[in-house]
Amino acid sequence: MDFLNAIVALANYVLVPGIAYGSQLALGALGVTLIYGILRFSNFAHGDTMAFGAMVTVLLTWWFQSMGVSLGPLPTALLALPFGVLGCVFMLLATDRAVYRFYREKKAKPVILVIVSMGVMFIMNGIVRFIVGPDDQQFLDGERFLISARTFKEMTGLNEGLAIKSTQAITLVTAIVVVALLFWFLNRTRAGKSMRAYSDNEDLALLSGVNPERVVMLTWIIVAALATIAGVLYGLDKSFKPFTYFQLLLPIFASAIVGGLGNPLGAIAGGFVIAFSEVTITYAWKKVLGYLMPDNLAPDGLVQLLSTDYKFAVSFVILLIVLLFKPTGLFKGQSV
Amino acid sequence: MIAVENLHKHFGGFHAVDGASLSFEEGAITGLIGPNGAGKTTLFNVIAGVHRPTSGRVTMGGEDITGLAPHDLFHKGVLRTFQIAHEFHSMTCRENLMMVPGGQSGERLWNTWFGRRRIADEERALRAKADEVLEFLTIQHLADQKAGQISGGQKKLLELGRTMMVDARIVFLDEVGAGVNRTLLNVIGDAILRLNAERGYTFVVIEHDMDFIGRLCGPVICMAEGRVLATGSLAEIKANEQVIEAYLGTGLKNRDKVSA
Repeated sequence: MDFLNAIVALANYVLVPGIAYGSQLALGALGVTLIYGILRFSNFAHGDTMAFGAMVTVLLTWWFQSMGVSLGPLPTALLALPFGVLGCVFMLLATDRAVYRFYREKKAKPVILVIVSMGVMFIMNGIVRFIVGPDDQQFLDGERFLISARTFKEMTGLNEGLAIKSTQAITLVTAIVVVALLFWFLNRTRAGKSMRAYSDNEDLALLSGVNPERVVMLTWIIVAALATIAGVLYGLDKSFKPFTYFQLLLPIFASAIVGGLGNPLGAIAGGFVIAFSEVTITYAWKKVLGYLMPDNLAPDGLVQLLSTDYKFAVSFVILLIVLLFKPTGLFKGQSV
Repeated sequence: MIAVENLHKHFGGFHAVDGASLSFEEGAITGLIGPNGAGKTTLFNVIAGVHRPTSGRVTMGGEDITGLAPHDLFHKGVLRTFQIAHEFHSMTCRENLMMVPGGQSGERLWNTWFGRRRIADEERALRAKADEVLEFLTIQHLADQKAGQISGGQKKLLELGRTMMVDARIVFLDEVGAGVNRTLLNVIGDAILRLNAERGYTFVVIEHDMDFIGRLCGPVICMAEGRVLATGSLAEIKANEQVIEAYLGTGLKNRDKVSA
């Protein structure tokens, strides 16, 4: 019984939040990795792109809510999501026209593009905070739990409850659907193949029939969709606050680099590696150990390796370790 | 067919191509030889639109094509291969070939969802063509292998195959034989000769292997220090004092004397 309780506690505090957070990071890292692989620069504006897409979705969700439109048990935000994606696509294509294209035509070095993307980051950051303000925004409605801790306890008769928030379930399902669609697109369609061709060998792609401007446009569209979905899922799960997306940049980049920059499969693996390290290292293990160990050995302290205040340090340390020992990432990506 | 007039390409103070004037005949396989650093590859890059010339003109059939972008030249039938074979390494050989023709309707996001029948028809035609090309090059067994995993020589064949996926008019081959074993070199040579005879491709070949040049090429152009040193048949080139001095060395001359 103690053993089962330990497993349930672990699932409740580590497994379920880790999977949800990992899916969000993976979707974010996929966007970063696609831009790195195809447009060949690290896009620092990605966190704020997520914030922008999420903001459009939040505003539309409020509007839908005020009109009384809802999806029943599902959050209304899912209804607003496609429009948020459209808004973000529009924003990114406009940014590309206004900023990136100029540097692409000049064949600017990746370093210059990185700095340029930082400029874009500050502007987007400002725009988002100007429009919705810097505070926490609530936009979640619908059913809160798939299974609440109390129902679980009543069902199983265990001491520990397992709560699964509906947003966590939605995150996982959406992430699986989006990733499946993305891989189908990249591997099976001509448009996706031309993106991969451009990423494999730009010179050769230019010397064949691949239209570079179209590849760039496609990339931005897909990145906008990924960023908005990741941003909205994170916002639903936690809350929407513009500045947190800026902070998310570190774990997202860590995920992309740990998995191997430019490798979509790696970005997903990296997302989960980072998420689980963050959650396990900042989790207080007292409860789980209390169940597993004999009474006289049960720990007195919290057995929390690191305070949650330092959670960003975890991704940073993993990033360092990977760069030291396997610079191309776990899956073979481009070295940084 | 393609004429180059007084072409200069400078990289800073280095004059890679320094006033070269030459022309490539339609329907011929022209050999381009010369010592390392003679500016052969740079000349290719300028003609193929990779670099803009510092000065000078490139014309094709009287039309000025100087400084056009690579994909524009591609649509005019001007194709090139690379000294070190390039390929889309994460795709199969067949997919590599199927990537080549431009303007496919599957490239548009809209058609991916709403024009599936048209894409499927196009893909079927392309697939058949790619298989035909692979068979022509005797590498049909590699169709489903990742292009990143095949040997260097096979990659060169694949590069040649790429030119066959569209109606090329003139193909520039940059050291197509370098690092390729004899058997494969013969296959490549046969393919070039057949493409020239059956499809009327014009070829320009950079090569160091004189036997290979002798087997394929009619006219031969020798470059040195960014300029054209001599033009003529291989026999004339081999007998040219300047060429011997700059490139072939006296060893070859002596060997020819001995064999004669």
